[in-house]
Amino acid sequence: MIMTTTQQIITIGVMSVAVMFTRFMPFLLFPSKDKTPRFVQYLGEHLASAVFGMLVIYCLKDIEFGFLASVEGNRTYGGMLELAGVAVTILLHLWRRDMLLTISGGTLFYMAMKQLIF
Amino acid sequence: MSKKDFKRAFTLSLPVLGAYWFLGITYGLLAAGMGYPLWISATMAMTVYSGSVEFLALSLLSGTFNPLSTFVVAFVVGARHLFYGISMFDRFRGAGWKKPFLIYFMSDETFALNYTQGGSFSQQLWVSILDFSYWLSGGIMGYVLGTTMGDGFMQRLEGLDFVLTVMFVAIFMDDFVRHPHSHSSAWTGICVASACLLFFGSQQFLVPAMLGILIILYLKYKRSDL
Repeated sequence: MIMTTTQQIITIGVMSVAVMFTRFMPFLLFPSKDKTPRFVQYLGEHLASAVFGMLVIYCLKDIEFGFLASVEGNRTYGGMLELAGVAVTILLHLWRRDMLLTISGGTLFYMAMKQLIF
Repeated sequence: MSKKDFKRAFTLSLPVLGAYWFLGITYGLLAAGMGYPLWISATMAMTVYSGSVEFLALSLLSGTFNPLSTFVVAFVVGARHLFYGISMFDRFRGAGWKKPFLIYFMSDETFALNYTQGGSFSQQLWVSILDFSYWLSGGIMGYVLGTTMGDGFMQRLEGLDFVLTVMFVAIFMDDFVRHPHSHSSAWTGICVASACLLFFGSQQFLVPAMLGILIILYLKYKRSDL
């Protein structure tokens, strides 16, 4: 390994500070004794929904979809299996609205399809 | 910190247990496979506590020493946490001594659970602590498995990593059916992120997507203000 142990410790420390900075910064930026700025209040109500949408896309980012995938790279039939898994998850949640059922059902469906069929 | 809070938190955290043990075991296996000592992977799990940054760290740590670029890379990859803090800014008011811990432990999954499920501060802190312990124990298990067992054991778990996608879809849907007034924000997130993914590619789309979302929400805020 190129780094010495001390350098590795410093690198880990720097990464930890950087990540904790992203977590604590909003709370340090606006002192909590002041009234929350109105745009931050607005974001508090509307930002999370957008972030959840973004995270769904983030999870799907590495799938090569049918119209983009090469034939060899087509291991999961152009993302069909992932899309089916997402669809089953959405339907399960609309049906029972039970997080645990939705998540276990969606995951087991995907694992079964992947291991048994594809 | 009552027993009831703990029980509710435990039930809520079960999907995270599945996701974190799978990802944590993968992370530990990888760390062991790359020849790092256990203390490095465990220390990162505890101090960085962000899966995406830790996976990246495994490759950064085998390169040359460069603290500045390390800081920038970790900050950019972790930048989505800024949004979690903004979303929780008002909600964490009055959390007292629990507040710094709630912020420290605010991973993607913990934020999502605590934001959508709400509950008392002690319930939210239990969710945070449980998620953290799943991640840490998963990483250690993976490391031990990686140094003692072969690759065969991961094959039985094939597809389990999809639990992460399923969890975020479920969280998105749960938020979607609960908050009809945020439907347009939800679509904003989906559309802006998809457009940026197509345009910038999977390695670079997150930062432009976040900027795009902020700009569109700001325009909507200005319009609703008039």
